[in-house]
Amino acid sequence: MANDLGTSPDEVQFRFRDDEPVDHGTVTVDSALEQTNANAVRIEPGDDARALLPFLDRIALVEVNFPSFGDGRGYSAARILREAGYTGELRAVGQVLIDQLSHMRRCGFDSFAPDKRLDEEDAARAFATWENVYQRAADARRTIADKRHET
Amino acid sequence: MYKYDQYDQAMVDARVEEFRDQARRRIEGKLTEDQFKPLRLMNGLYLQLHAYMLRVAIPYGTLDARQMEMLADIADKYDRGYGHFTTRQNIQYNWIKLEDCADALADLATVEMHAIQTSGNCIRNISADHFAGAAADEVIDPRPYAELMRQWSSFHPEFTYLPRKFKIAVIASAKDRAAMRLHDIGIRIVKRDGEAGAQFYAGGGMGRTPMIAPLIRDFVPIDQMITYAEACLRVYNRYGRRDNKYKARIKILVHELGAAEYTRQVEEEFAHLLNVGVEPPREELARIAAHFAPPAFVDGPKTLDRSDPDFALWVDRNTHRHKHDAYVSAVISLKPAGGIPGDATADQMRVVARLARDYSFDELRVMHTQNLLLPHVRIADLHAVWTALEAAGLGAPNMDTIEDIIACPGLDYCSLANARSIPLAQRISERFAETGRTEVVGELKLKISGCINACGHHHAGHIGILGVDKKGVENYQLSLGGSEAEDVSLAKITGPGFDEDGVIAAVEKVTDVYLASRAGGERFLDTYRRIGMEPFKEALYGQ
Repeated sequence: MANDLGTSPDEVQFRFRDDEPVDHGTVTVDSALEQTNANAVRIEPGDDARALLPFLDRIALVEVNFPSFGDGRGYSAARILREAGYTGELRAVGQVLIDQLSHMRRCGFDSFAPDKRLDEEDAARAFATWENVYQRAADARRTIADKRHET
Repeated sequence: MYKYDQYDQAMVDARVEEFRDQARRRIEGKLTEDQFKPLRLMNGLYLQLHAYMLRVAIPYGTLDARQMEMLADIADKYDRGYGHFTTRQNIQYNWIKLEDCADALADLATVEMHAIQTSGNCIRNISADHFAGAAADEVIDPRPYAELMRQWSSFHPEFTYLPRKFKIAVIASAKDRAAMRLHDIGIRIVKRDGEAGAQFYAGGGMGRTPMIAPLIRDFVPIDQMITYAEACLRVYNRYGRRDNKYKARIKILVHELGAAEYTRQVEEEFAHLLNVGVEPPREELARIAAHFAPPAFVDGPKTLDRSDPDFALWVDRNTHRHKHDAYVSAVISLKPAGGIPGDATADQMRVVARLARDYSFDELRVMHTQNLLLPHVRIADLHAVWTALEAAGLGAPNMDTIEDIIACPGLDYCSLANARSIPLAQRISERFAETGRTEVVGELKLKISGCINACGHHHAGHIGILGVDKKGVENYQLSLGGSEAEDVSLAKITGPGFDEDGVIAAVEKVTDVYLASRAGGERFLDTYRRIGMEPFKEALYGQ
C-alpha cells in the first residue's frame, strides 16, 4: 500500500500506547470507504468522522489533521470516534502545539505527530497542566463533580 | 453566593501558572505572536488601540464586597485608577501591561476571580438576569444553572477552537433583562408541573448581521441541560463556517441551515450524547444551588419618607421590586450626565463594596446595562444608601432613561472602531439632563456602537446610533425600534447619517415626535411601533 499520505511512526513525538504502530501511510476517508482492506485513515477538518463508524473494527490508525491550529473540528472528530468505541491509535498531526496537548488528550488522541517538534519539557508540563477536570470527555477521568459526590 | 471549593481554586491557580508559562514561552520566542494570540485572548488579554485591555470575568454578574475591592485594587495597582463595566457583566481595564498580566491574574485568583475565556473563540463568561435571586417576577434563581454551565464550559477540551466566540445567557422569568435572545445560546429556566427545565434559543447575535435567536427546544429536562448544550456546541463546532470570520458565528449556521434543520441535527447529537453520559451527577446542581440560598431577609417598613424630591425621584427611577416586600434592588447608575457609560473609579468601587457589606448581604451585581446593583436593600435603609451614593457621584436617577446609554469604547480605545462613541454619549446625556427632558421622555434605551461589530448594541436600542467612517469623517447612522427585552426586535435605519452635532439634534427631533404623538402611558418604543417610521423620517429629513 504505497501511499503519500500521512505521517510515519518516526514522526510521532508522543505516543501513549504499547502496541506496534501501523507501518504504512493513511488513505483519505473517501478511499477508506471504497477499500475494504484499508486500516489507516486520515481525517481532514471537513470530513465527517461518522462516515468511518461502520468500519471501525478494521481500522488501526486514524490520523486527524490540523492544517491550522485554530480549526477545532478535529477535537469533535476525535471524540466522536472514541464515543463510538474506537480503540485504535488516534494521532493528531499538523499544527499541533504545546497548549493544545492536554485538550487533545482529553478528546481521545493518544499519539501526536506535530509538524514542528515540540520542546519535551514544555510538553511534559502541558500534558500535566490539569490535575482535575470539569467535564466528562473521551478520557476516562473522573470529573471534579464526580469527586465531589463520590460516596 | 457561590464559593470556590479546593477544586475550583486549584483550577484557577493552575490557569494562572499556565498563563505565566505561556507568556514566558512567548518572550523566549517559542510561541509566535499568531500562536500566542488565541492563548492570551482566552485569558482575557486583548490588544486595543493604545494598550492591552484585560477583561475580568464576573460570572453571571454576581460578586461580593471583597471581590469589588480587589477590582478597585487592580485598577490602582496595574491600571489608571478606574475600570469599565461591560454589557456582559464583566469589567475591563484599558491600560494593562503584558508583563503585569500574570501578577494581576494571580491577585484575582486570591479572591476567586479570573479572566478565563473572556475573549477568544471559545465559550465566554456566562451572563444572567442581573436581578437574579431578588426579582419579584422570577420563577427560580437562574444563577445555579449559570454556575453549572460555567464549570462545564471552563477549559472545555472540545470547544476551545470554535469557529468564533460563543456567548450564553441564562434567565428565569418572562421578562428578559439579559438580552437573552441576542446571544449565541439563550436559556430560559421554566417550570412545568413543578419540574424545572431549560428553554433553548440558538443563533441570536448582533454584530454586522443581527439575528434574533429562534426557539429550538421548548423544554429540556434540567438534568439534561448540559448534554443539550454540548449537542448545540458540537453541531456548531463541526459545521459552523470557518471560511469567513464574519460569517462564523452560530447565527449564520442556524440561518443558512434553517432553525428546523439545525434543531434536527442538535436533537440527533443530543440523543447520541445522552448515551455517552456527559451530564454532571444530579447532586452537583443541588450542591451549587445551596450556595444561592436566599439571605436571611427580615420584615421591616414597606414605605418611606418621600419628602425629599431628589430622593423620591431616585427611588422611583432606580429601584426594582424585590421578592421580599420590605426590600428593593437598588441600581447604582454608572451613567452620570456627561460621564463615560460604565466607568467607575477605584474609590467608587470601594464605596459600592462598603454599601454592599453594610446594606445588601455582601452582594453586588454588574448589570447588563453597564450599571451596578445592590440586590437586597431594606426599604428602611434606602435613604442612607442614596445619601452615600450621592456623595460618591453615583446617585444619578436615570435607570432606563435616555441618559442610561449603553456605549462601546469606540475610537477612544478600540482598534476596530470607525467612530467615537463615548463623547457622543457624554454630549447626549448632558444635553438631556440640562434641558430636563430626561424625565419627560421616560423610558428610552439609547445604544451607541462605534462600528458595525455592534458592541454597543445599537441594533437593540429603542434608538440606536452606529458610527461609521465616511471618507475619513465620523458619521452616525440613526436607527429606531430595537429592543433587547422580551419584546425583542431589531432597529431600522432612519435614512442618511449625520455628523456628530447632527445626530444629537436628530435624537432630540425623534423625541419631539414621540412627545407629540404618544398616547396614554406609551414608551418611545410603543409609540414608534404604533405610528411607524414615517413621522420620524418626516421630522428628520423633511422634504
